[in-house]
Amino acid sequence: MDVGVWGCRGSLAAPGPETIRYGGNTSCLDVVLSSGHHLILDAGTGMRPLGVMLDNAGVDEVHVLLTHLHLDHLQGLGFFRPLFRPGVAVHVWGPASPVQSLSDRIAIYLSPPLFPVRLADIPSDVTFHDEPLEAVAIGSATVRAAKVTHQGPTVGYRIEEGGASLVYLPDHEPSLGVTLANHPADWTSGYELACDADVLLHDAQYGDDEYPRHVGWGHSCVEHVVDFAAKANVGNVVLFHHDPYHDDDDLEHLLVQARARWTSAPERVRLACEGMTITLDANGVAFGAQAARA
Amino acid sequence: MRAVGEGAGGPKSLPLILARELAANLATPMFLIDAGGTLVYYNDAAEGLIGRSFGEQGEISAGQFGEMLQLTEPDGTPVRRRDTPAGVAFFQRCPSHRVLQATGYDGVRRTVEVTAYPLFGTTDEMHGVVTVFWETGG
Repeated sequence: MDVGVWGCRGSLAAPGPETIRYGGNTSCLDVVLSSGHHLILDAGTGMRPLGVMLDNAGVDEVHVLLTHLHLDHLQGLGFFRPLFRPGVAVHVWGPASPVQSLSDRIAIYLSPPLFPVRLADIPSDVTFHDEPLEAVAIGSATVRAAKVTHQGPTVGYRIEEGGASLVYLPDHEPSLGVTLANHPADWTSGYELACDADVLLHDAQYGDDEYPRHVGWGHSCVEHVVDFAAKANVGNVVLFHHDPYHDDDDLEHLLVQARARWTSAPERVRLACEGMTITLDANGVAFGAQAARA
Repeated sequence: MRAVGEGAGGPKSLPLILARELAANLATPMFLIDAGGTLVYYNDAAEGLIGRSFGEQGEISAGQFGEMLQLTEPDGTPVRRRDTPAGVAFFQRCPSHRVLQATGYDGVRRTVEVTAYPLFGTTDEMHGVVTVFWETGG
């Protein structure tokens, strides 16, 4: 599978010269399977340029896997061009709620006064699915979700294809109420999903010194990401969901902290950036950068 | 209704994980049974009444746990497992409250008030049972 990062900022888009190296768009990844299917992880503002590329390419089926419905993970949906092209099949997956269907909750955003077009008036063929808590096949991949610790119903996703595995936990606070390093793995949120993954993209919103002021907000600091990744025995960690108040220099400082904590293989910790590519196949994992954007 | 997280010793579902963290931070005695009927945790406050730490005890079936406690009515009448608050919550999937007598590992017989309720997930799937109890001295 080929993964493209189209947005890795958390909470709020943060464009500007101070975030130009890592990007200001909020969470959105495009995972292209060997079968040609597109799995889009979250619908943050990075979904707008991705939609332009997919529309130009004539893609007629996409699966949008939403981790939760906070606006930084949903706002790009209304600006996703394939959504407005008749005949395109758009499958939207997201966390179930005991009180409202997924479509009813998304319609709160896709309706006036928050948005000019009603969900019911979208011309593409949109189908909603509750999160796949048991593995489902989409194209050449199997996809599985698990509920994880954040604020409100939230899931993470694991995508497997050809023996390679990608895990996406952009909003996750597994350390809430526990000391993660010595906490039992079986009692750790997200552990079973992330276990032995080749690549883990994980919430790294805060520096270790910032976390005490944000306990319970649903996000992790560098210490927690590294301890979680080590516990789950993942191959590579990509720090994701960058705080909108962190500029590029701040992020690189966090990377130094993370690498200092994962002393056994510091080169396997990276910062997510817009334009990053990740290829996972039988040959292993390769990180790169997109040559050009649509 | 689906049940999740069955089987001892495996990864726990998020509602159970969150319930354990709540229990671990309370002075109210509390124990957790998973959807497969295994006692998977009790907190420090419960240790005082059960007479053994959970670290020493480890995961066991809720049936074995109930037998160990020798549960009876306050007048000494034995109580079937499925009629205890935890049993009602597990088998009938509804909340339950009752006054019982129980014997801990320390051999002390205590009168306790017990409240149990099932944990349902966002799509009504069953994750287990939370039970809180406290000694009445009666």
